[in-house]
Amino acid sequence: MSTPLEHDYIGLTEKKKIPSSSSSSSSEDGKTFKETELRLGLPGSESPERKPLSGVSLSLFGNLNNNNNVMNHHVHVAGAKRGFSDAIDAKWAFSDAHGSDSDLGKPSALFSPRGAGNVVGKPPLDPKTISTQQGNSINTPASASQAIKESKPLQEKNPQLPATNEHASAPASKAQVVGWPPIRSFRKNTMASNLTKNNDEAEGKPGFGCLYVKVSMDGAPYLRKVDLKTYSNYKELSSALEKMFSCFTIGQCNSPGLPGKDGLSESSLRDLLHGSEYVLTYEDKDGDWMLVGDVPWEMFTDSCRRLRIMKGSEAIGLAPRAVEKSKSQN
Amino acid sequence: MNYFPDEVIEHIFEYVGSHRDRNALSLVCRSWYRIERCTREKVFIGNCYSITPERLIQRFPSLKSLTLKGKPHFADFSLVPHGWGGFVYPWIEALAKGKVGLEELRLKRMVVSDESLELLSRAFPNFKSLVLVSCEEFTTDGLAAIAANCKRLRELDLQENEVDDHKGQWLSCFPDSCTSLVSLNFACLKGEINTGVLERLVARSPNLKSLRLNRSVPLDALQRIVARAPQLVDLGVGSLVHDPAMETFAKLMTTMNKCKSITSLSGFLEVTPRCLTAMYPILPKLTSLNLSYAAGIPGSDLIKLIRHCKKLQRLWIMDSIGDKGLGVVANTCKELQELRVFPSDNIGQHAAVTEKGLVAISMGCPKLHSLLYFCHQMTNAALITVAKNCPNFIRFRLAILDATKPDPDTNQPLDEGFGAIVQSCRRLRRLSLSGQLTDKVFLYIGMYAEQLEMLSIAFAGESDKGMLYVLNGCKKLRKLEIRDCPFGNTALLTDVGKYETMRSLWMSSCEVTVGACKVLAMKMPRLNVEIFNENEPADCEPDDVQKVEKMYLYRTLAGKRKDAPEYVWTL
Repeated sequence: MSTPLEHDYIGLTEKKKIPSSSSSSSSEDGKTFKETELRLGLPGSESPERKPLSGVSLSLFGNLNNNNNVMNHHVHVAGAKRGFSDAIDAKWAFSDAHGSDSDLGKPSALFSPRGAGNVVGKPPLDPKTISTQQGNSINTPASASQAIKESKPLQEKNPQLPATNEHASAPASKAQVVGWPPIRSFRKNTMASNLTKNNDEAEGKPGFGCLYVKVSMDGAPYLRKVDLKTYSNYKELSSALEKMFSCFTIGQCNSPGLPGKDGLSESSLRDLLHGSEYVLTYEDKDGDWMLVGDVPWEMFTDSCRRLRIMKGSEAIGLAPRAVEKSKSQN
Repeated sequence: MNYFPDEVIEHIFEYVGSHRDRNALSLVCRSWYRIERCTREKVFIGNCYSITPERLIQRFPSLKSLTLKGKPHFADFSLVPHGWGGFVYPWIEALAKGKVGLEELRLKRMVVSDESLELLSRAFPNFKSLVLVSCEEFTTDGLAAIAANCKRLRELDLQENEVDDHKGQWLSCFPDSCTSLVSLNFACLKGEINTGVLERLVARSPNLKSLRLNRSVPLDALQRIVARAPQLVDLGVGSLVHDPAMETFAKLMTTMNKCKSITSLSGFLEVTPRCLTAMYPILPKLTSLNLSYAAGIPGSDLIKLIRHCKKLQRLWIMDSIGDKGLGVVANTCKELQELRVFPSDNIGQHAAVTEKGLVAISMGCPKLHSLLYFCHQMTNAALITVAKNCPNFIRFRLAILDATKPDPDTNQPLDEGFGAIVQSCRRLRRLSLSGQLTDKVFLYIGMYAEQLEMLSIAFAGESDKGMLYVLNGCKKLRKLEIRDCPFGNTALLTDVGKYETMRSLWMSSCEVTVGACKVLAMKMPRLNVEIFNENEPADCEPDDVQKVEKMYLYRTLAGKRKDAPEYVWTL
């Protein structure tokens, strides 16, 4: 056996800490605010001209704070969890300092196409800035689970086969670190399919475990159904609906929508479906058509019978301010 | 040396069960080695490539029970590409050829083909017990062969396997004459099963103690099945979703009331929270509860449930229980020994857990010795408190979801916290680290973790010193797995002899180069040093200075294996 190494205690305590990691925790707000934009493009695409989502447009749904995380569904954010990616950067930098041959040439080690059974989304654009959003995978479970949903069929057949390329079109275009958090892939797949099952089971019994209501959108060729029990606030509902109906509004992405700066305090789905003029309404137990967002969430789920995404021009009487807008454009 | 005839020694050895003790016996002297090997019935092989089946059979002619592990642990997290290895067929073939009287086979992370299951079912007339954990490649056809041909089958336990469900009637393949079942666990199967067949099987299995169903078994079938097996000790509920007929639900509650022996409860792969009340009659007696697959149960319902579980020793739960819920656990479950908290992936604002929950548990549950804790953050202060409150940890695994997150209160790395854990918990055998960590934590580990056998490191450390502290200090280290750390050639090559005292070493995305691995392989012929190169074409020789993506080395007496796929280079 070799002789034990002497421990250089003094040397250690003088060692400076990794600088970047310590700045990770408080940096998020400024950095990510800009990037918390709702996107309606095709999954995986990065439409550059996006209005920044000011927190205001969420006022439709009551007391929503500027919670960046939930809105991150479609966003390919480089460094939303700076700590993680910065630490990784720092580590690569460190290895340079140690004089090892600086072939950082395998940065794709983390994302090696054939090994990355769990990598979702596109490979990193810049090998050195490894965007990781594994933290967000907990905060934005909708898209994370959806991403896992996407990968599941592949994984069932060939659990270890790469999925990177196939995932170029995954809706959650965040890159995740392979194998972190360290959860067994069986468990990951099972939980993901739990969510799929919850969404697929059509005949739920209202008021017991699921609450399926029809959602119609003016101009769409068919209706959808959503389970209101899977959401706990208006924010989630709106993003889910937006995702669901995005395919019908793509054509209107570029329409001269309202510029971001003007007082977009109007409570209308229009603000979410950028450029389009829709209002989210629902039919309640009494048969009346109401504007979504007025009552507390629980009351809403109790009384909502069906949802309708209404064209602004028809929303007269429901959303007076929407009427103002359409009037001003006439 | 021997004052007793062999028969007496043999008789004494019968009382020695654990394979480690048996290994120790065999080293005492030649005659003990001889006696021990002839009487050993259970063998544990932690790495299926460390030895050939033929050699195993030669040494232990009385072999009846074999445990085999295949892929490295990080395969669980998709770090090992498909096709790496761990095939069980050659083992079964060799055992069959050697006419071994195999009765029990336990496999973990191995590739199990239907062919191997079929051979298994035919070659060993006394076969009693099959346990498959995290295995893959078999289908329900293989299970059908086991059911049909193993006349004395007592245990069929499938845990978290990837099984292709051909939706055949494998359960029907148990013949009417099969009445010996003691344990049946098919919770991981995804397909439908014929509940009528299952009911009849349960009805004719009076010794059935453990039954874990898959999600295709609905509430009414559950009621009928459990009604036929009031002697059950371990129940895995498949699906507990509202049944339109309220009488069924009432019936289920009555049935559960009659189950006086159930001490272990799991499953709930599909569950409506309200239906959980059917389980309340058995909660007070539970010692083991696994709700880690029960998605969608709100924290409040979990808390309500836990309040009834005063005897719990093992709890697996989702983080939707929240810090507050863990406080309830701490107040209620005073006998708690093992806790696992898994991250929930659910839509919605489920309360996650932080260091507060863990501190609460440590204050309320002094008997805690095994922990797996996924959380959003951890502080040094919390870890120090936990270390003080629970000095009995054997397994301590912390997974902070943001892998390099420092202490949010002080912005410091978590070196001191983990240092406190290893210093206080003298019996610690397994440790997984996360959070921001420098070389210091490894200094502490090397200094204090004398009993440490398995260490998992990710995104930690600053230099080779870190790894060297561990290799030098932890004398009992058996498995070391490292990913994404700045450990390089110096660390790898300083003490090459160490690796023969260990089962295996995994290093991925570190600073180790091909050249260093070659040097290591040359110096240590009894190690297999495998490099995975997934990006290069198979015939392209890697440059010595190139960094190695993934390296897995293990001690072996079997030499270079012949079943490695193209991307694996054994140096």
